[in-house]
Amino acid sequence: MCTYLTVHAPIEASAKGPGGQWFAASDAVVYFDHPVHATADHTLNIDLPNPRSASGERIAIEMTAASARELMKAIADVLETVPAELTA
Amino acid sequence: MSESMTSSFIMFTGANGDQVQGYFVEPDGSAPRGSVIVIHHMPGFDRGSKEIARRFATMGYNVLCPNLYWREAPDAAPDDAAAVARANGGAPDERLIGDAAGAAAYLRAQDNSNGKVGVIGYCSGGRQSVLVGCTVDVDAVVDCYGAFVTGTPSERFPLKVTNLVEHLPALRAPLLGLFGDDDQYPSPEQVAELEEILVREGKTHTLVSYANTGHAFFTTDRSAYRFESANDGWARISDFYATYLGA
Repeated sequence: MCTYLTVHAPIEASAKGPGGQWFAASDAVVYFDHPVHATADHTLNIDLPNPRSASGERIAIEMTAASARELMKAIADVLETVPAELTA
Repeated sequence: MSESMTSSFIMFTGANGDQVQGYFVEPDGSAPRGSVIVIHHMPGFDRGSKEIARRFATMGYNVLCPNLYWREAPDAAPDDAAAVARANGGAPDERLIGDAAGAAAYLRAQDNSNGKVGVIGYCSGGRQSVLVGCTVDVDAVVDCYGAFVTGTPSERFPLKVTNLVEHLPALRAPLLGLFGDDDQYPSPEQVAELEEILVREGKTHTLVSYANTGHAFFTTDRSAYRFESANDGWARISDFYATYLGA
């Protein structure tokens, strides 16, 4: 199905986009829906749009739900492991 | 049956008088023919949608697939434009209705048009196809597994999609609905609710739900593809449009 479910996360980040150019990203768009390239019928998708692009330039990731949970765990593990003063 | 056709990107006048891109496919020849509006799914104006448009042209119809995300990112790749549209909240229903009305007008303005226009959509486009059937002057409506024609969307859906129950009494054309028994969006219960409403309102309709079939069974490049169901579905669509679009 097309889930219509879309969640935005405000972020302060940089991303390396098409053409190898870095850009400042301020919004992560997270949704679970049909992928464009991944083989699963539905995937957890994350877009980091380039807010200065008129042609929809973005970083795009499509992954299975299990992969998304693994990624969440890896991010949590890293953030919990480094000294707290670095992540405050 | 026509294997010779011309396809091109055209601009037509959509909602609010906006110029909107569309993929127009026209079988060769001057013989009068019906027309079909193909509504792409939420992932966008993609290759699969254009392949479907060409298939209808082989069946003898002029076809227009509006790029519903043209305004968001006119120069973007289809998947990038879909991402922009999604981040902005999706294509609003009112805009979709205006774009579909413009597409119908474009098709009827063709010299070889017989004046009949059908609409078809898949997934989110299935819901939109029914919405068009309730609001735009079209002659035949096909809904392929559109969720939220009936049923209640979760309040957690930020895109705020609504069901079409209040619109259904205004359905002005015959409806063919094709679904999978294993789909939950729409679920068999929601398909049954649609059937009940259509019967109550006296609307001409045929709803078919295939066994051992889930969502998106027409999608040839996905594991959801079920060729037995898809082949039967295409045959039913062919007969349905032949009856109501007169090609």
